[in-house]
Amino acid sequence: MLESAEIIRQEYLRHDKKFPHVWCPGCGNGIVMGALLRAVHSLGLSKNEVVLVSGIGCAGRMSTYVDFNTMHTTHGRALTFSTGIKLAKPELTVLTVMGDGDATAIGGNHFIHAARRNLNLTAIIVNNSTYGMTGGQYSPTTPFGSKSTTSVYGHVEHAFSIAELAATAGASFVARSTVYHASHLEKMIKQAIVKRGFSVMEVISNCHVQHGRRNKLGGAVEMITGFKERSVTVDKATKMSPEELEGKITIGVLADIEKPISTEEYQRVIAEAKQHAEKIAKEKEKNGVKRYEE
Amino acid sequence: MVKNTTTKQKKVPKPPTAPKTKAKEAKLYTVTFFHNWCKSCGICSAFCLKEIIKTDAAGLPYIDDMDSCVGCRFCEIHCPDFAIAIKDRHPERRSSNGKQ
Repeated sequence: MLESAEIIRQEYLRHDKKFPHVWCPGCGNGIVMGALLRAVHSLGLSKNEVVLVSGIGCAGRMSTYVDFNTMHTTHGRALTFSTGIKLAKPELTVLTVMGDGDATAIGGNHFIHAARRNLNLTAIIVNNSTYGMTGGQYSPTTPFGSKSTTSVYGHVEHAFSIAELAATAGASFVARSTVYHASHLEKMIKQAIVKRGFSVMEVISNCHVQHGRRNKLGGAVEMITGFKERSVTVDKATKMSPEELEGKITIGVLADIEKPISTEEYQRVIAEAKQHAEKIAKEKEKNGVKRYEE
Repeated sequence: MVKNTTTKQKKVPKPPTAPKTKAKEAKLYTVTFFHNWCKSCGICSAFCLKEIIKTDAAGLPYIDDMDSCVGCRFCEIHCPDFAIAIKDRHPERRSSNGKQ
């Protein structure tokens, strides 16, 4: 059930300090933030049991605006900080918000290894296919041939597919959505939070100021309409040929598997080690007493 | 020719009654714009289902024909600036299905 924006504004945002926000007019980050807040609200989580960790970049500004326990960390290292929080306090719900450059370029190693370890975290990656905050340089998700500040004659490298990378690296839950499908996005974020294990949520967003203008994709409205036209559901994509799928965005749940969670396994190891240590201590005590008597 | 027109005229009187009952049952919504936070990006007016959201010279949205709003909440959930709120105009009537 959708809640009125006034509840979101009054309850979940730092509305008296930080607003209006710094994002450009029509930026998809605001839509992602709204979907995230509605998902948390509908799950009935209290603000004290949610932690939002974010990295550097436009999407990283999100931790400034929401009224959870928040942490604004170094570039690319958001997942490492959230790993630490999860290990210290496993009862908290840890959400990690990153941009595409933050997650796959600077923090690429942390990202694939967090997926491999299968930590009980939720990573929301806002993919706008450029480094928007620093002036529109190309990022690992910039499509082949598109123009940017550092590729004036067209990009010569090929793009990452974040969702498929995460699925291959071993994440338990991988889903993709766009900012046009805001209610679908909310549903996917809800599933990702509920899912036990490392869940990755890739959100295709628009950067009409840095990416769209250089590639003549139009403003915010035209780019968001483009997402509507280009996206296909997972069921439909399985029936299509690879040539037809070129340039399309597959939305929906791409991977959903059950795996042992490393944060829980770690708690089990701690308990076993404690038992073992107690056993040794008892034996030593017995031996020590005997020696003393002798 | 004369016969045809007379038959057509006889069938006419029924339609006006139908829309009247529909208009009575229709649920009404109130859309409020929080102009302090609005950056006039134009998403709400471009995607409005009923095309009732219009923009003034500064790009700020306004609605003249508020009764046509169907409450799809597309503009509310797609507003990046949290500047739109939609409410039922008569929330107390919800239980009785619009009847007082």
